[in-house]
Amino acid sequence: MTRVKLLVTCLIDTVYPQVGFSTVALLERLGVTVDVPPNQTCCGQPAFNSGSWDDARAMARHLIDVFGDDDVPVVVPSGSCGDMVIHQAPHLLKDDSQYGPRAAALAARTYELTQFIVDVLGVTDVGARSGDRLTYHPACHGLRGLGVARQPLALLERVEGPPRCPLPEAETCCGFGGLFAVKLSEVSGSLLDRKIANIEASGADTLVATDVSCLMHIAGGLHRKGSAVKVKHLAEVLAEGRSQ
Amino acid sequence: MSTSPATFYERVDKAIGNPALQAAVRNATSRMSSGRDAAIAAFPEMDVMRDHARAIRAHTIARLDHYLREFEASVQRRGGHVHWAATSEEAVAIVVDIARQHGVKTVVKGKSMVSEEIELNPGLALAGVEVLETDLGEYIVQLDDDHPSHIVMPIIHKSRHDVARLFRAKLQATDDEVADAPRMAALARRVLRKGFLQADMGISGGNFGVAATGSVCITTNEGNGRMTTSLPRVHVALMGIERIVPTLDDLGVMLQVLGRSATGQKLTVYSNVMSGPRRHDRNGGREGESDGPEHFHVVLVDNGRSAIVGSELAEILYCIRCGACLNSCPVYQQIGGHAYGSIYPGPVGAVLMPALQGLHTWRDLPQASSLCGACREVCPVRIDIPRMLLELRDKTTELGLTPIWVTFGLTVFRQIATRPALFRRAQALASWATRRLATDGWIKSLPGHMARWSKKRDFPAFAPKTFQQLWEGRKR
Repeated sequence: MTRVKLLVTCLIDTVYPQVGFSTVALLERLGVTVDVPPNQTCCGQPAFNSGSWDDARAMARHLIDVFGDDDVPVVVPSGSCGDMVIHQAPHLLKDDSQYGPRAAALAARTYELTQFIVDVLGVTDVGARSGDRLTYHPACHGLRGLGVARQPLALLERVEGPPRCPLPEAETCCGFGGLFAVKLSEVSGSLLDRKIANIEASGADTLVATDVSCLMHIAGGLHRKGSAVKVKHLAEVLAEGRSQ
Repeated sequence: MSTSPATFYERVDKAIGNPALQAAVRNATSRMSSGRDAAIAAFPEMDVMRDHARAIRAHTIARLDHYLREFEASVQRRGGHVHWAATSEEAVAIVVDIARQHGVKTVVKGKSMVSEEIELNPGLALAGVEVLETDLGEYIVQLDDDHPSHIVMPIIHKSRHDVARLFRAKLQATDDEVADAPRMAALARRVLRKGFLQADMGISGGNFGVAATGSVCITTNEGNGRMTTSLPRVHVALMGIERIVPTLDDLGVMLQVLGRSATGQKLTVYSNVMSGPRRHDRNGGREGESDGPEHFHVVLVDNGRSAIVGSELAEILYCIRCGACLNSCPVYQQIGGHAYGSIYPGPVGAVLMPALQGLHTWRDLPQASSLCGACREVCPVRIDIPRMLLELRDKTTELGLTPIWVTFGLTVFRQIATRPALFRRAQALASWATRRLATDGWIKSLPGHMARWSKKRDFPAFAPKTFQQLWEGRKR
């Protein structure tokens, strides 16, 4: 039996717990046992991206302590937090004789959710069905940071239901970028307008992505504009089984 | 040197409030990006070629002193002169000196970002030398007393109608002469042709300097580059010290990735490789070369570059100025080049300007990125620009230049996030507060700095219970 540890991410933990439960349900349906190590907080990415690297290091060390030094794979339903754990934390802690090697070891056993399902479990048909007209936004950090491009598409393709709606300019950033959306709110907002115009043009009723941070940003823009389009994390779509 | 007295944020607001500018920049960048994508799709070797190009740049920058000395010796062997400029002031003084030495009254100039960087034109004007820009875009910039807003397409921010208005005002053009783009180009061509034939000196940039042969390579699409460098009796090539490649074979690799990345061309229309002044036969007769300048000068400009070699920002010196990172950058696409306020805008500028001139002047530029990584994806020499933007943000904080609300806020967050019990209490408090502020699950207006978020988007109320709380409950 495959066992994994779930890195739930602070945003899913605090704002979207249902995405965490969908992730667990999906993995359990695929025969995976999911542990949730207690005392998870934040991976430190907000501090890292804003140049507060000492703060980011402290949070990365906490994360390493929480996940321990065994060889149980760590699964994270976010490309952006995944990129932080897999690429940035080892870079941040490279001069730390104690935590540097531990950060590298953790990075080596950490997988973004779709990467784990497709590349490790070797599954693309998870038995999902959706009645929604889905369109997909490949969130930047997963796409370019981790190079996770084909995995979410392969999974989406096998979801039963109405045909997918191609998203124009799909790979253009939605403008979130963490504190970027606050610091350069106008630029971020104009990118959001562009993303929303493309989502509406796609004809979809539901936007899917693998990062709740981008989804929170896009959903906030859709709601402000009174749009009827909903947003869902890919895990929520994949957890909707065919038999249910 | 900033091209604008306004603050970065004022310039950004101005750009965002200008839909015509956004449309012009969006159109041009998306045309360039799709051109690039098509050219690369048609060239399966591109990935290998990019690896090769990167290896050449990395090798050269790591041994830059060696290759610069070799380049200097090779230029001298061909009868040319090499001048070293540590600063922009020195560079301008060198060019002014060369002009005086040769009794130069008029100069034609090809496109050169380094000449913008060192502010050459005002320096030459001060010395009484008349300068005519001959790249069509740069000519328009000069006529309008403007600055380029893109390193390859200087007038990406102007529409055809803007240029027509300008030509009417400055060249007394008739309606017929500005009726369409080809006729406007023809009008400019007539002005420029006169300039080429009269000029005493030509000033070009240098896309690459070849160490083994002492050649300077410039690439243009208008042919103005070869006129600038072959008609006048003096040719001065201005180059950053990082523009060196070891051999002509290496140059071949760079040209293949440059054209495709910049404009989607297999090669730019003109790739001129110039090695020394015109050579005469032994008796000074007609058997020698039939054209080319009598005098060939190369000015190698440091202006902050050597300090970058060996630093964590050294990779930015690999840049071959194709502009693909500008075209692919969603931020550049929304605000255009002038908003950056720097000679080099876009992702490359956001690293290069603080690297060359310091974060005290350019602290805002590394913030002008959502870190989406599009620039890294398209870079022909695979420069990891997001990594360096992050390094620069770290340095900004170290220098005490990051706004206090950001650093203080994150330090408080760190204190909470490294203490799980406190984190849980903070989550409960945030949940309570956001749910109080929200109507139907959404907050329309946030307090403090977060108000900038809620200008354009609603903010969600947090869940009543966290995942970890609910998970504990499920286990019991």
